[in-house]
Amino acid sequence: MYQHILLAADGSENSLRAAKEAVKIAKINAETMVTIIFVIDMVKVKTEVLHASSNEGLYMERRQKIVPIEQLFQDEQIKCQVEMIHGSPGPEIIKYANTQNVDLVVIGSRGLNSLQEMVLGSVSHKVMKRVQCPAMIVK
Amino acid sequence: MDNLREQWFGNIRADVLAGLVVALALIPEAIAFSILAGVDPMVGLYASFVIAVTISFVGGRPAMISAATGAMALVIVSLVKDHGLQYLLAATILTGIIQIIFGALKIARLMKFIPNAVMIGFVNSLAILVFIAQTPHFIGGNLMTWLFLLGTIALIYLIPLFIKGIPAPLIAVVILTIVAIYSGFNLNTVGDMGTITQSLPSFFIPDIPFTFETLMIILPYSLALAVVGLVESLLTASILDDMTTSESDKNKEARGQGIANVINGFFGGMAGCAMIGQSVINVKSGARGRLSTFVAGVFLMFLILVLGDYVVQIPMPVLAGVMVVVCITQFDWHSFKYATTAPKKDVFVMLLTIGVVLYTHNLALGVVAGIVVSALFFVNEISRVSVSQQGTTYFVKGQLFFASTESFMNYFKSISMEQPSIQIDFTQCKVWDDSAIGALMKVKDQLKANNITVTFLNIDESSKQLMKKLTGSTLTD
Repeated sequence: MYQHILLAADGSENSLRAAKEAVKIAKINAETMVTIIFVIDMVKVKTEVLHASSNEGLYMERRQKIVPIEQLFQDEQIKCQVEMIHGSPGPEIIKYANTQNVDLVVIGSRGLNSLQEMVLGSVSHKVMKRVQCPAMIVK
Repeated sequence: MDNLREQWFGNIRADVLAGLVVALALIPEAIAFSILAGVDPMVGLYASFVIAVTISFVGGRPAMISAATGAMALVIVSLVKDHGLQYLLAATILTGIIQIIFGALKIARLMKFIPNAVMIGFVNSLAILVFIAQTPHFIGGNLMTWLFLLGTIALIYLIPLFIKGIPAPLIAVVILTIVAIYSGFNLNTVGDMGTITQSLPSFFIPDIPFTFETLMIILPYSLALAVVGLVESLLTASILDDMTTSESDKNKEARGQGIANVINGFFGGMAGCAMIGQSVINVKSGARGRLSTFVAGVFLMFLILVLGDYVVQIPMPVLAGVMVVVCITQFDWHSFKYATTAPKKDVFVMLLTIGVVLYTHNLALGVVAGIVVSALFFVNEISRVSVSQQGTTYFVKGQLFFASTESFMNYFKSISMEQPSIQIDFTQCKVWDDSAIGALMKVKDQLKANNITVTFLNIDESSKQLMKKLTGSTLTD
């Protein structure tokens, strides 16, 4: 079965649903490792820094978005790690998947930013097209 | 030294490319900010060249872009109008000296105490004022003016969908300047606002009388410039720190901004500081090192030397269009959500900061007003303790110290008690100083006089120790 699952998470409802599906698959094999990737969008950094009380406050705000997802895996004793990477979401997820021996990518169909998706297309669509391993898109 | 080499040559290819991109994006802004300040475009262009090159050596935040900025331009408008360019150059040098002193005094640490609400107000009022400053270039203009303005804005948003790598504002400026030249429409151009000299800046001492009176004219401006420059520079540095997940030396940056402005003033440039927008473009284009800032400055100067003749033909509505987009990007649109979700007092401070800036046209005054009012809110909030009663136990909540003892005392004065003995619980209250302990003793004594015995519960260890030190016993025994 899958050894290394990459779960893309942005804290949205959709990514939580994707996480639940990832749990189902990861449970099958005790050896499965799940990496939760959270991409900090460069475009939003200005707003985030401006509205954060301090560096640590900003870290808390971002980290807090992944905690519920991490919890799902911990509850089932699934090995998991969190990667927080700066960049633009699509390319960073693809880069990670294609360089870190990932054998399944799980991602929600749409994330937090629906306006940008209308103009530029969805992140999940880009990821699906360009990763070299199977991808699962969760509605 | 290894570290410095890494900061310069650790990322050569991407730094050079990003520097070139930024230089292209910087030209329209440097010109527009000069016009805003009421000086020749060269004053902003020289400033951008000198500051960028100097700061690449002495700044604290690699890959940050500093140049002539809107924030600084807004402060100096009235100085230029009343006293002219030479006074501006002198004020620029003095600004640098003040910033060097701020750096030496490690003032950057204090930036942490500027509340978010004030920073948000700063960013927004800056965007609003720069926008307002553009309006004379198109309001009341003819149909062609409006077409070129809206055309510029539309192009800037549409081009990135097709062309990536070259800044969209530059492509828009080039296309529309060519259209304007060949169509022969009668539009105001950069050339109508001032001249472009195709020569390198040279060293000279500002031509001003060296008197106390001169100092009194420029000092208020220099102080405001020093504050505004550091606020924007340190905010930009924090944004870049986060984007690149690295740290930077803020005091060194403050000192670097100062050195850059001193040199800048002697070479005929207007005061400048870090630019949020350009720095973000730089890092997004891949820059991480000092080389990017250096390349941006040098390439900007090169372009002016080579293309100066064409730059004067840029139509003003096109330049105004570029600036309108800069304002739209600069403005913190998240503020609208902030205004509905943040605590009322924070929203008030943000609006107050904006209000003061828009009224005085001075960003420094807005920042100071915002800080003072939030400090007052803070003191007012922290100097109140609340007490709630359950049976014979009174729960105190808050911080008990010299400023809050009065509200503590007042509570126990105002209520009438019939119970022979009460407890006061301090689980949610910390006792800070001699005044607080005095208040505890006073309440105990006053109630005793009314035949009520008081027991203090759950006083934390450090407070007990303080009591012991001051009174020789813990009041809880």
